[in-house]
This record gives sequence, C-alpha cells and structure tokens, in this order.
Amino acid sequence: MSCALLLLLTSLALAMGTGAAVEIQRPRGVPQSKRQFYEENKPFTCLDGSSTIPFDRVNDDYCDCRDGSDEPGTAACPNGSFHCSNAGFRPAFIPSSRINDGICDCCDTTDEYNSGATCQNTCREMGRKERESLQIMAEITKEGFLLKQQLIHEAKRGQEDKQVKGSGGKVEALRTVKETAEDPEKGAKERHLKSWEEQKELIRMEKDKTRMAEAFLELDDDSDGYVSVAELQSHLELDPDSDGSLTETETQGLLGGEGKVDTSTFETVWSIIKDQYLSEGLLDPPAPVETPQEEQSRDFVSDHDSDHYPEDYAGEEEDVEDDEEDDHEEEEEKVPPTVQTPEKRGDDELSMPPYDTETQSLIDAAQKARDDFDEAERALREVDNQMKNLEKEIGFDFGPSAEFAYLYSQCYELSTSEYIYRLCPFNRVSQKPKFGGSETNLGLWGQWAGPEDNLYSMMKYDHGQGCWQGPNRSTTVKLTCGKETVVTSTSEPSRCEYLMEFTTPAVCQEPASLDEVLHGHTEL
Amino acid sequence: MAAFIVRMGPLLVLWLAVFLSGTWAVDRGNFKTCDQSAFCKRQRALKPGQSPYRALLETLELTNTKLTLQLINDNNKVRLLLELYRLQGNMTRVKINELKPLKPRFEVPDVLINDPPTEPLSLLSQDENGVVLSLGADSQWLIVSAKPFRLDIMEGREVLLSLNSRGLLAFEHLRIRKDTISYKIKNKVYSAWENIKWVFSSQVDPEGAEKKEETDAANEPAEGETAKEDGMWEETFKSHTDNKPNGPSSISLDFSLPGVEHVYGIPEHADSLKLKTTDGGDPYRLFNLDVFQYELFNPMALYGAIPVMLSHSAQRTMGIFWLNAAETWVDISSNTAGKVRHTHTHTHLVNMEGYNYVQGSSETPQTDVRWISESGIIDVFIMLGPTPTDVFSQYASLTGTQAFPPLSALAYHQCRWNYNDQEDVAAVDQGFDEHDIPYDFIWLDIEHTDGKRYFTWDPHKFPQPKDMLQGLMDKRRKMVTIVDPHIKVDSSYKIHNEIRSKGFYVKNKDGGDYEGWCWPGNSGYPDFTNPEMRAWWASMFAYDQYAGSMENMYTWNDMNEPSVFNGPEVTMHKDALHGNWENRDLHNLYGLYVQMATAEGLIERSGGVERPFVLTRAFFAGSQRYGAVWTGDNTAEWEHLKISIPMCLSLGLVGVSFCGADVGGFFKSPSTELLVRWYQTGAYQPFFRAHAHLDTPRREPWLFGPENTALIREAVRQRYALLPYWYQLFYHAHHSGQPVMRPLWVEYPQDTATFSMDDQFLLGRDLLVHPVTEEGGRGVTAYLPGKGEVWFDVHTFQKHNGAQNLYIPVTISSIPVFQRGGSIIPRKARVRRSSSCMEHDPYTLFVALSPKRFAQGELYIDDGHTFNFDKQKQFIHRRLSFANKALSSRNLAPGSQFITPSWIEKIVILGASKPSKATLKTPDGKENLLEFEFDASMSVLTLRKPGVNAGVDWTVVLQ
Repeated sequence: MSCALLLLLTSLALAMGTGAAVEIQRPRGVPQSKRQFYEENKPFTCLDGSSTIPFDRVNDDYCDCRDGSDEPGTAACPNGSFHCSNAGFRPAFIPSSRINDGICDCCDTTDEYNSGATCQNTCREMGRKERESLQIMAEITKEGFLLKQQLIHEAKRGQEDKQVKGSGGKVEALRTVKETAEDPEKGAKERHLKSWEEQKELIRMEKDKTRMAEAFLELDDDSDGYVSVAELQSHLELDPDSDGSLTETETQGLLGGEGKVDTSTFETVWSIIKDQYLSEGLLDPPAPVETPQEEQSRDFVSDHDSDHYPEDYAGEEEDVEDDEEDDHEEEEEKVPPTVQTPEKRGDDELSMPPYDTETQSLIDAAQKARDDFDEAERALREVDNQMKNLEKEIGFDFGPSAEFAYLYSQCYELSTSEYIYRLCPFNRVSQKPKFGGSETNLGLWGQWAGPEDNLYSMMKYDHGQGCWQGPNRSTTVKLTCGKETVVTSTSEPSRCEYLMEFTTPAVCQEPASLDEVLHGHTEL
Repeated sequence: MAAFIVRMGPLLVLWLAVFLSGTWAVDRGNFKTCDQSAFCKRQRALKPGQSPYRALLETLELTNTKLTLQLINDNNKVRLLLELYRLQGNMTRVKINELKPLKPRFEVPDVLINDPPTEPLSLLSQDENGVVLSLGADSQWLIVSAKPFRLDIMEGREVLLSLNSRGLLAFEHLRIRKDTISYKIKNKVYSAWENIKWVFSSQVDPEGAEKKEETDAANEPAEGETAKEDGMWEETFKSHTDNKPNGPSSISLDFSLPGVEHVYGIPEHADSLKLKTTDGGDPYRLFNLDVFQYELFNPMALYGAIPVMLSHSAQRTMGIFWLNAAETWVDISSNTAGKVRHTHTHTHLVNMEGYNYVQGSSETPQTDVRWISESGIIDVFIMLGPTPTDVFSQYASLTGTQAFPPLSALAYHQCRWNYNDQEDVAAVDQGFDEHDIPYDFIWLDIEHTDGKRYFTWDPHKFPQPKDMLQGLMDKRRKMVTIVDPHIKVDSSYKIHNEIRSKGFYVKNKDGGDYEGWCWPGNSGYPDFTNPEMRAWWASMFAYDQYAGSMENMYTWNDMNEPSVFNGPEVTMHKDALHGNWENRDLHNLYGLYVQMATAEGLIERSGGVERPFVLTRAFFAGSQRYGAVWTGDNTAEWEHLKISIPMCLSLGLVGVSFCGADVGGFFKSPSTELLVRWYQTGAYQPFFRAHAHLDTPRREPWLFGPENTALIREAVRQRYALLPYWYQLFYHAHHSGQPVMRPLWVEYPQDTATFSMDDQFLLGRDLLVHPVTEEGGRGVTAYLPGKGEVWFDVHTFQKHNGAQNLYIPVTISSIPVFQRGGSIIPRKARVRRSSSCMEHDPYTLFVALSPKRFAQGELYIDDGHTFNFDKQKQFIHRRLSFANKALSSRNLAPGSQFITPSWIEKIVILGASKPSKATLKTPDGKENLLEFEFDASMSVLTLRKPGVNAGVDWTVVLQ
C-alpha cells in the first residue's frame, strides 16, 4: 500500500515536472568510503542512527534524516553534503545547497544534473593544470627547502662563531702573559726610578750650591766677603710681612740677627731666602697675569654649560627615529673646547736618563704583553657588543632552526604605482610615496602571527604611525615558500591595516615526493 | 591616512577638520534651529487665537469638482483663494493660495501620480456664519466658518479634524521690497507706522486698519527697516548669506485633532515612532540635509522629508499630507502630554441651523499640529481613514505605491566603503562561498570611480569591470555601483561637458552654473527638476553609455539632499535656481528627482523589461515609487540599532516600505555582539545591507571567529528562507500601498497598549519580530497582541496566548519571531548562495492554526525581476486557506498565468491535532495519501512531500 502510494507520488511528481525522482544506480553524491551504508533494496538507516527509512527514500528529494544522510545527491537537506569524484582531478565535497543551483561546482559536472546549467567536464584540464602547478610548486619547494637547509646551517655557524669569539679564553691567557711580563718590568722600573730620584737629589743640591754662591757674589756688592743688611735690603721680594718695604730689623732677622754674614753663615740664610730670592737681573716684578686668566676660563665653561641645556631639550623633542644621529652630534658638541692653561715648565725640570738596557728589555717585553692584552681586551669589548646585539637578536624568534635569522638586518622593497614599500624583517615596515613625501611607518616588529599549526607563516608589525581618527597602522606579512626572498605584493584590505606577501625559502617545507603530491588524494 | 586626504582634496580636508574635530557627534551648530531660520522664528512668534482671516462667503462658488472661496486677512486686506475638493476614497483636499500673487507661487509637481479624482460636494446649508457641505460618505460634513475662517470636518456630531481652529493660518504674501530707496520715497507717508507692523500681525491698530483699508493688496504696506531684522529679505547663517529676491513667502496652518493622543510619520527623524510634543523645544524639521554623525531622539532634519502625518486613536486613523517641498517645520502639542493645559481655549461653538456641536471639551484628549513652510502654497490632503489600511490606500492613491523590487534586492547586500579593487571583490565573493553564507549584491562606494567621476571606473583598481560583473553573474549574483548627483567640474569629463553644454546645471543666483564642493572637489549639480535633464541622465545608464556596466549592475544614489560641503547647512544655497524656481521652493524634491531619473535609466537600458533597483538617501513623498531608502550614515552603537526600528516604521507608515539601516553601523566599529545582533535585526527589516565606513576595520561576516560566523550565517539564512513571504509582502505594498514593516497598532488599532511600541514590529500581519537590541541581553519582553489569539514561536513552534507580555529568555543565537495563529507563511527551506539559485526550489508551508482551527495565507510567484507580472499578468497568486480540517490552494488572480517548476515540499501545521490520515486531492481528480509525522508535545503535524506544483489547485484533507 505504502509502496504503491509512493510510486503514485513519484509519478505525480514527474507529471508536475519536478524532477523529484532520481534514477539511482549507485546513490548519487555518496563517497566511496560510505558506499557500504547505502545498500540497494535494504532499509536505509540515517548515518546518525536517528531513523530508518525505505531505500527508495534515499535521494528522493525530501529530507528524512536529521543529519541529511538520506539525500547525499539532492539539495533537500540543509545540512547535507555532496561528493563529486572529479575523475582526473581531486574529489571534493560541496554543500548540498550547491546541487542543481545553476552553478557548476564539481569539475565533473555531477552537481548540475537537473538545473539546465551547461557545465563542461573540466577535471582533466584542471588536473593537468594542478599537476603542472604542483610540479612547479614542488620544484620551488625542493629548491627552497635546500636553500632553507643552507640558511639553517649558516645560522648555526654564525652562532658558533659568535660563541667562539665570545669565549673570552684568549683574553684570559693574554692577561696572564701580560701580568707575568709586567712583574719584572715593574721591579726594574722601580729600581731605575729610585736611583734616578737619588741622582736627581744630588743634582738639585749641586745646583742649589751653585745658586747660593752666585747669590752671595751678587749680594756682596762691595765684595768684602760678607753680605750686609744694607746689601740685602734692596731685595724687596724677601719682605717677610710683604708690606712693600724691607726694614733694617727685618733684614737683620733674615741674616740671623747679624749685621753681616760670611759665606758659611750665608748657607743658613740661603736656606731661608732661596725660595723667594730673585736674581737681580730679574728684579722687575712679574705682571700678575694668572688671576684674570683663571676667571676667563671659568666664564667660558659656564657659558658653555648654559648653552648646552637648551640643546639637550631641543634634542628630546625631535623625532625618536632620528635619535641615533642626534646622539652622535651631541657627543661632539658635548666636548668642551680645550682651555689653554699655560703650563709652567720649571727651568729645573729634568728629564730622566734612558733606562739601562736590562730594564729597557724588561719594559719592552711588558709593553708587548700590554699591547697584546689591550688588543685582546678591545676584541673582547667588541665581542661583548656583538654579544649584546646577539642577545637582542636571540630575543627574536628566528624560527625553530633559526632559518629566518638571515632576514635580520635586511630590508626588501616593492615598488607599486604610488608607493615604495619596504619590509625590514624583525624591524619595521614602511611606505614612501614615489613622487615625494615623507615615509610612513606601517608597523614595528610585533610577533609571529600565523595559526597555531603554522605560526611562522605570518608576521605581524604593529604600532605604526597613527591613523587620523583611527588605529595605529599595522601590517601583516604572509610568508610563502619561494626560492627568492622578495616582497611580492602589498595591499590595504582595511583602512590602515596592510597586508604584504613575502616569499622566502625559510618557510619551505620538506617536499613530499612528487608522486605523493600528485596521486595522494586521487580517488576514482 | 595621507592617501585618504590626498584623495579627497584640500578643501574637503578643511571641511572634515571643521566637522570632525575630535567629537563623535553631530555638530549642531552647523544646522539651524527654528530661531535661526527666519521664517520659522517669525511664524512661531505668532500666538494662537487671533486669526485675522475671514471667509468672504459671498465669493463662494461650488462646481461639480470643487468649492472655491476667498479669504481676507483683515489686517492687511490681502485676499487668499481657498479651494476645497472632495477626493475619491474619503479624502478632502484643501488648497490655499494668494488670490492674486505678484508672481506664481510654487506648486509641487511630479509627486501626485495623477490629478486626484474628485467627488461632488453638496451644499447643505449656508448662513452669514458659514457653510455646511456634505462630504458624501458616512454622514460626514465639512463646516466652513467665516469669522475667523475655520474648517471643521465632522462625522455625525463628532469633529474629526479642524483647520485654523487655533488661528495660526498665516500666509506671507509676495510683495515688492519696501526698504529700497525708491520705495521709501514713494511711501514716506506710511513708513513710520509700517516700521512697527508685523506682516500678518494680529495686533489690530484701529488707526492703522483704517489706513490699510485705503491701500490695495497689490500695493502692500511696507515692513520698513525691521524687515532685515526679521530676515525677510536677507538672512545670514554662519558665513552664508541667503538673498531673498522674492522676500518673505512662508505659510502656516494649524490642525486640531480631537480625541487623538498619538501622531506618527513626518520622517525622517532619528526619533521614536510616536511623535513627541514640541512645546519648549524645536519643531520637527523637514529639510533634506547631509547630517554628519546624527544624534538620536531629537527633531533635527535628516536626509529625507515626507510631509505626511498619521493620527491614530482607538476609534480612527487619519492622515495629513502637507504637499510642500520647501523647508518645513512641524509643531505638535497635546493637552494630555505632561498634563500641561494650553492657555488658549479649545472650545468652539458653531450654532447653525441643525448643526450644533461642541469640540474640545477639557475631558477630551486633543493633539494640535501646526505646519510651517518657507514658500509655496498650502496644499493639504486630509485622509480620513477610518482604518490604518484605508489611510495607506488613500495615500497610495495620491503618491503611488512602493516600487516592486527585483526579488534579489530583498536578499542580503554586502557593502563597504570601499571594496578596494577587483581582486578584493572576488575575494569577498569567494569568502561568502567558503563560509557558506548567502548574498546577492556586493556594492561599490565612491572609490571605485576614476577620481569621483561617476559613470567611470578607476583604471588601476577596476580595469576590467565587465570581467568582474561576469564573475558575479556566473554565481548568479549582482552588484551596485554608486552614482551621486554632484558632477566633477572637469573639462576632460564627458558627463560634465555634456551637462554644461546643454545648460543642465543648477544655476546660482547670478545665472552662472552653481558650483559647490563635494567628494570630487569642485562640483556642479545637474538640475534634476528639469525633465529634459532627467531624460538625458537616464540615457547615461544605457549599456553603451555607462562603460563597463552590465545587466546585473544596479545603482545607488547618495548625497542627493544635495550634499554641498561648503554650502549653508552642508546643502545647496536656497537662492540657487532650478529654472525659474529657487532651491528654496523645491529643496526637498531634489533627491526624489535624482532617484526617479536613475530608476528610469535602469528601466530604459533594458528596453522597459527589467525592474530597476535604486537606493537613495534623500527622499520625498512619492520616492517609494523609485526604489529603496536607507537611514543614512548611522553609528555602530546599540542605540542606533534600536532606532532603526522606529525610523523604518515611520517610513513604512508614509509609503516607503523598502527601508533599512546600515547593518553594523556606518561610523565606528561595532563590538562582535552588536554586529551579530544587528544582523539578526537587519535580517527581519526590509532592506538588509551591511555597510561600513572607510576608516573602520574590515567586518565581513567571517572575521569574528567560527561561532560568530555561524550566528551571522544563521541570521542571513533565516532571511533567505523567508524570501517568499517578503516578496509577497512587497507585492502587496506595490499593489495596495500597505506597509511591509508595521507598527503593532496598524493591525491592532484598538489595543492602546500597542500605540507607542517601537522595539518590536510586524512583518505584514502574520510575523511579529522582537529583535534583541540590548547589549548583553538575557531576555526580551515581547508583547503578543490580540485577545483570544495565539502566536507560535517560529523556531520552537511553542504556542503563546495573545494579549500578553511574554518574557523570552534569549541567548546570542536568539531572534524572537512569532507567527500569528490563523496565518500561513510560505518559505523556501533550501537556502542557497543567492536568491536566484533558489528560484525553482520547492516551498514549505507553515500553517499556524488559530484557536478556531483556521488559517489563511497567500503564495505569490513570478519571474522575480521583470515587469511581466504587471504588463502581461505573468504571475501566480494563490489563496491558501485552512478550514474544516482541509488546507487548500485556490487561484486569487484568474486572469494571470505563470508556470513555475516549484512544488510543495512540506506542510507544517502548528497547533494541529493528530489526524488518522491525510489525503491530497489534485485537479485531475486524483487522491493520494500523504505520510505525516506528528509531534504531540508541540502539536505539530508535518505532511511529507505533497509534491504538488505550487501553481495549481489542490486540497489536503485531514481526517
């Protein structure tokens, strides 16, 4: 009864031209893997088990199963899907709603069996094209992957290099050498210095005696072998209270209470007056030049200070980007002009005699050790700097095998009709109008931003220049596998949010064998 | 941003700097208050109760079609001519003009669809106090009182409506300027007195009155020096001076509505559905303006103006259509609002032979309305209802009905300022397919053009527009491009050159081409009031004229208020000239004409076969005939989502059914929750388009995570499934002028609880929608109207009783929608990627039984895009009814014919009991048993696969 009724209904549907009836040899839209569930002439149980229906209700253009599994080949179920085998190309599932909607979705045309749409079977063509492009891609991937291995290797070597340089062992060895050499040098130098000091004292005494004799002769105006009060009184520089006059009593005091002294007693007098005594040939008092000179130099320094402050202030206001340059300039400016303070070179300044050969050889050895050490230390400082940079660099995530390290401190440009875009990986993205105008910061390095399973496929640069009434500019860089490292396109999908496409071998994955790529998913 | 600024030109930057400076709200200072609009200030200063107007009954003439009567202003002796018409369909038209104006005053053309047919008036009685006329129907009378002049429309002993009952009829007659030197010499004698005189002053000075008797109306007393102060001959707002060579010309009239506490309409305002009283604030303003970042809940003017007000009480619905296209202000006061009594009396007694009545007793609520317009004439249509349906029909008989849109235009539209280039368009199109979200139209805003030269394409971004359009066509989808009315002044631009050489531009007051700043920089404004200009404009849409256009490309008219960035109030100078008329006279008509000419262009390009689709921002009465309207540049805020309901309801009440708001909000960026809620709301509003400002982040539906993508997908799918019902509602709107989206009171006119509701609405009469418009909403309280009625939740099929406030707990996926018990709604359950793809799909009928186990509905089917439904009667229109346990489909339009492959897939009967069997009877006499399922918990009976063609007679009998 029910069966007959259904037949009637079907014929009715046919009579109305509904196309509801579908000739089923093998249920339309069922993938190979699920074929077993659709057994002809046996009741069909919905794949979610929700109900069981006669088999003639499978693909009868009415949705009976909640999961849509009874209508794999019609558009009746809102949540169904249709399987196209697409022989010659890749099989696919499409939503049921795309069956007979007048649009060719499956390249084998099987989705449009009753819509009047004229579809061409394009599977072979698409397959061929896909194989071609896969082949090209596979080649790119293969080469790219090789390049990537190289990049990884280079990155590793680079790191080792830096580590060796940075070990510091050499410096320590040189320090020992230096210190060993410096020990005897120090002793010899000290001995030499001591004898030189003794010698210098002798010479000084000799010189003093000579000066005393000269002074005695000079003072003994009447050449009576005595220096008298009167003879000494003309030397105003000896005035103990500096009142401008040398009284008799004062002079007498200088002469030890005597009226006159002979050469032997003069020795004592000399020891008192020798520091003040001016030879009579120089008796004109010297011009007092030192005090104003000091004032001048103080003034100059204070001027310089007051000049400098506003410069510092101005410097702070300038764009952050220019800071580096500013620093150099400022350093130069900060060095004050050398103030020429006249150095008094005493006539009695004596130069030390050369070292004896033994000492000299010790000194030479030590100097060499010192030079070596200094050089090593300089190198160490350099390495230290490098280490600091490296530490900064290490702060960057250059990928699982540091394959992206080579991009560090590089920049890549793309020129469009209006702008030149510049990507400096791990640093910044910018845009500069081609025909004049200033550069715009499109974002500073933020982080890797790919999906969880492919983190290193996207970079995010943010906190770029602010947009008028909008957010700060930001750029997403999409990385794809390529033999060359190059920016391939830029766009601004949303106001002030830029998208850049960038190819690099660093994202190339180990290629599957070409056979696998081409035939892996093919199901007939 | 730099690029943005470069694109817009330096002056615009200046404009933006002024307009956008730091705030996210309208700069009110850019727009006039009544006080800043000279005529409004003058008019509003008038006090009620001192009307100087008197009817000269001896001048009464009555012909078959009309009554004419002269009125005189006793203060200045200027005579007016009153014309009264009884119009077919229970309407009365009152026209008042100067008897002998110095020069013709503007009368609005092209809005009425014809000269409204009249019915004869008959004189019932006449004495020295007035005249009583029969209005023919339902014992309706019209009483003309002579002194002061007043009109009362009565039904039996009840006053329905009175005109000039408060004495605020004021007609500034045209005059010769008095403060010119030559005039002063001529009129020296009177100048002293005239200096203190008001134009239509009611301060009667006996001496002055005598003197005035001596002057004749044509040689009118002067206003003297005060004129300037009153802004009669010149007026300055901000830096703009409005020269008024014609002097003062404003008009005003008051209406009293006894028994009325609720008035609606007069869009466009961002305000509640029920209009508020305007005492102590500004009147509602009608003046088409491009208001940047408009504020909510105030009477400021917006992009469009429809001078139609509806009044409603439990007894009667009426309408007032004030046919005037000049700047207009509407004051509303009420004796019940805030319980503030007016100082003037509402009591008016006319005692004439046989007709005694009292109106406005203190117990009766009353609403008083006053219309003020800057120029033109008084031409008012009083639509007497009495039902809401009657008023809709009456208004439709005057200005026409909603254009019947192509079915696809009722589907989902994806817009953004801007889709950047062809690749972007292709990617968005692909995105919809990847995420299995249907859409029909993708839109291109101004950036698609070559330097804002409309009808052109940016050669870099859109080098192959036809390829792009073909790509969309292959997916059975469509595109809309923007064509604004401002035309770049550029001698290498063909459109500009042609308009200039044909003299089609609007002229400035000195006769040169009017120029103003808009998107392209310096722009001209074609004179769309000129029919030759419109014909030429229409011809520009021909496929061989609009390069790169194809049949799946439609049009969007924006900025057609018109927007003039450097003009007064961001619009055209009022003294700009459209032929002989000033913009002042017809300002509010400009946008209507732009859309009219554009729609005509789309019709013509297809040889008159295809229905056009044109969206406009500015509109006027009659704009419904040309396409869709949206609520302009709204903001991504919850309050803006909420206001979309009253704004579209208000438009629907006055003829414009095809209304929508930018889904997501134009300015700013919506929270994900707001975006989802807006999709859910928009899916149940007539024009369903997402749009976003250039500076906002992208917001295609799939950019907010899979959960939100699914929520938006579901909302859009609900829209697509319901398209057969939407289409049918629009057929009715087109056919009979009934609004698609309706306030509840329209269907429940006696249920006072519904009168102020605007957070829920009806679609047709059978679906009630209460969208969730609260942030973090956990539930809504929906009012289900109708005592003794039932409503079914369309998602759960749960039944609820009418006349109750129902609390509905909601989740983020909830869109509370109810189907009225007693209705049948057709749906298409197979939602596909565009509405065109669903064309031949089968129908599912949702039969919601009334408590009396009855239901009725319709099914309308045609080709979905041509005029053949009209010209060749190619459509199917069927009555579906369920009674006596039988559901049947009968032909409602025997003269029509159309073949559809669509069939009836499923019938779901809500509130059913379990039958023992279900039999399908078809016209060939065959009877077939139908399988069915019955869900006892919800009383839902599902009939499996009737399979019968949707266009034939059939019956299903349940036993």
